[in-house]
Amino acid sequence: MRVDLPHEVHTLDNGLRVIVHEDPSVPLVAVNVWYHVGSKNERPGRTGFAHLFEHLMFEGSAHAPEGMFDTLLESVGGVNNGSTSPDRTNYYEMLPASALELALWLEADRMGWLLPAMTREKLDAQRDVVKNERRQSYENRPYGLAFETILAALFPPDHPYHWPVIGYMADLDAATLDDVHEFFRTYYAPNNASLVVAGSVDGARVLSLVERYFGEIPRGPQAPEVRATPVVSNGGRRLVLEDDVRLPRLYLAWHSPAYFAEGDAALDAAATILAEGKASRLHRALVYERGVAQDVQAFQDSRKLGSIFFVVVTARPEVPLAELERETLQQLEAIAAGDVAAGEVERARNRIETAFVDELQHLLGRADRLNLYAYYTGDPGYAISDLERYRRLEAGDIATAVRRWLVGAPPVALSVVPRGRLDLAAGTA
Amino acid sequence: MSSTFDRTAPPTVGPPPAVVPPAVERHRLHNGLDVLVVRRPGLPIVDLRLVVRAGAAADLPERAGRASLVAEMLDEGTRRYTAIEFAEALDRLGAELEIAANWDATVLSLHVLRSRLEPALDLMAETVVRPTFPEVEMRRVRDERLADLARQRQEPRFLAHETFCAVAYGQGHPYGATLSGTPESVQAIGRDEVEAFYRQHFRPGNAFLVAVGDVDPAELFPLLERTLGAWEPATPAPPAPPGRPAARPTTIFLVDRPGAAQSEIQVGHAAVPRATPDFFPLLVLNTVLGGAFTSRLNMALREERGYTYGAGSRFDFRLGPGPFVASSAVFTGVTDDALRIFVDEIRRIREEPVTADELERARNYVALGLPRQLETTGQIARTIADIELYGLGDDYLARFIQRVRAVTAEEVLRAARSHLDPEHMALVVVGDRERIEEPLRTLGLGPVEMP
Repeated sequence: MRVDLPHEVHTLDNGLRVIVHEDPSVPLVAVNVWYHVGSKNERPGRTGFAHLFEHLMFEGSAHAPEGMFDTLLESVGGVNNGSTSPDRTNYYEMLPASALELALWLEADRMGWLLPAMTREKLDAQRDVVKNERRQSYENRPYGLAFETILAALFPPDHPYHWPVIGYMADLDAATLDDVHEFFRTYYAPNNASLVVAGSVDGARVLSLVERYFGEIPRGPQAPEVRATPVVSNGGRRLVLEDDVRLPRLYLAWHSPAYFAEGDAALDAAATILAEGKASRLHRALVYERGVAQDVQAFQDSRKLGSIFFVVVTARPEVPLAELERETLQQLEAIAAGDVAAGEVERARNRIETAFVDELQHLLGRADRLNLYAYYTGDPGYAISDLERYRRLEAGDIATAVRRWLVGAPPVALSVVPRGRLDLAAGTA
Repeated sequence: MSSTFDRTAPPTVGPPPAVVPPAVERHRLHNGLDVLVVRRPGLPIVDLRLVVRAGAAADLPERAGRASLVAEMLDEGTRRYTAIEFAEALDRLGAELEIAANWDATVLSLHVLRSRLEPALDLMAETVVRPTFPEVEMRRVRDERLADLARQRQEPRFLAHETFCAVAYGQGHPYGATLSGTPESVQAIGRDEVEAFYRQHFRPGNAFLVAVGDVDPAELFPLLERTLGAWEPATPAPPAPPGRPAARPTTIFLVDRPGAAQSEIQVGHAAVPRATPDFFPLLVLNTVLGGAFTSRLNMALREERGYTYGAGSRFDFRLGPGPFVASSAVFTGVTDDALRIFVDEIRRIREEPVTADELERARNYVALGLPRQLETTGQIARTIADIELYGLGDDYLARFIQRVRAVTAEEVLRAARSHLDPEHMALVVVGDRERIEEPLRTLGLGPVEMP
């Protein structure tokens, strides 16, 4: 199957890496910028800042004042957004191909001229928006605080993955205008970013436009390296949260290999075998056969400095979580002992392959992939090698990874139970 | 930092590239099933969308949730496969089969690599031609649904949605419950009711199939005859669309969620069916009011005041009069002011024409956004299926851009006056009663009830 993503790479004198993917089959263009900064670059006391800063990037720059960013893009039929992860921040526009120059002008203006337009009022307004985002998506939502509770237990306080991307409320309150200036100067330089232009465009014209709009933005200082000592074991901490929920839920979390490191792909496949689809092991055992669980999830949360492998099982009402944990650990032990059928591996490979091709159907998906490979592997053309990681997998690789990373180390276990029902929590000994 | 050229003026944008709507080839199987094919060479993927013209609107609230239970049960056992065998067979192919009921139809979407289309189609056909609705699976699926409802009711947004449906449409109307049903209605649905729904509605004359992707119709049609062709022919009448519920004067419905950090707000009323001649003016109207980031509601509540992470509105177009609903989750302390702004903005768009800037931006946003809806095989299948389901005509996509761009400010104003009714709205608020009840009462928007 063809999965290549034809592209050309060019680096401007100021260090901005430009990747162009031509596809004349759609009348659209996607512009996608990755800044190599995420919540991992924050420090304790200023958590949530990378994401808060992302919000400020939409509030106007020197030549495109507040409000203009969205009104101009909507006026030409475009959509735009951005997102912040622990590792990186991305921004994108998707619009009719004829509007390419508009998107480049806007992206260049906020890369080069954000600070002259920055005000205390903008910071305060977006601080309120983000605090509401935290309330809506985390505090006021059932199970909403589970992941940040796990991160805090899984990583020591000075580790860059100890805190959630959204940040803590008190830290959002503490952010100052000086922080905004310093963060921009440290991380939002062309040499700390890469730009993908994908779609119905001419490569040579793209490069000359990018040179015109981005070329004179000065290179910034080398962004400081984030260091983290690998955390191998956390002593298997066991936690309980009482929440406004009806169904108890068990979260198990392990340290696992970094994105694209040995074992990362094998654990993706292990997650698929465990919990993807009705025929997966945990779904079959817990949801279908025994009717003790409402749903199951497993995933490898792949990250730059080391990943996290999650299993999340939602119980039926009144079901004690210890029972779900026992079954989950038994399945992992069976996989680790080599009990993986060839059919299961094939199934996992097929699912992963289909999902991979699906993402490439979207122009934005392709643009984001090119930036992802450039950032994590150094090679934007890594798509074929990436798929190859999964095609090569054999049952033994999956068993080895599960044995080394999941069975060999106790997970952080978090029980989320209805208020007053601590009796349903998995053992806290 | 200065620039070597004047960056102040935005670059001019040329005319957008032409949008070529997908070409549809039509065919009818011997048993009467209509097939619509769009060829899309490129990635080796096929999307099939089988649409049965019967959904949740076929049932009154006392049976609410039945259509979605039928949808869930179709792949829980067939004459040739047990539930688990079916799931395994599908999984081996790396294929995805989603089955879900909406208000107007039950939709089976199959997504599969071209090389595995034939065995996947075999499986899809099993679910509509030979389902057996085993009692044991029925009990499990119903228990899962009951647990799911319990879980959903802990979510403020779902609670607001469920309350809104009930008060905007009332007990005797199919739209008065959610697609999932209520614990009471679901508890009362047995396998016989599920099978009865299937028998009444699931026939090829009451359905159609859309196929999009790397397919050659000359190869596909014989394959379809061999699989879906086995579906016993019949042409039952689709359920009649529900009518308009009685309107009642604007009332605040307050659902208590003690200690909530935010209030979930949903305001609106029963509106118009998809067939309304005002569809395009309403599309533009809603974009100005709450359908895009720069819409009035989001600007007023998020960008100007920081009350929320986001606010918006939509017309939910169905065969019957689906709702207009505007919504947001706001900080508890500003609940009353946010509700006042919702009502003010809905009033304002009926009182004065939208500005030339707003009109131009909204028209372009909707019209020029069309190609984004037609990027993937799945999106194309969905779009073509909706055109067929709602009878929008073969030239719908070809004329879409032109029709949106022709909408005038006067048409928007007229549509707003005809289809928005601030004096007869359900204002649903889910939040901390102790802190918000008094401020809501003093707003003067209407009486406050606890539903």
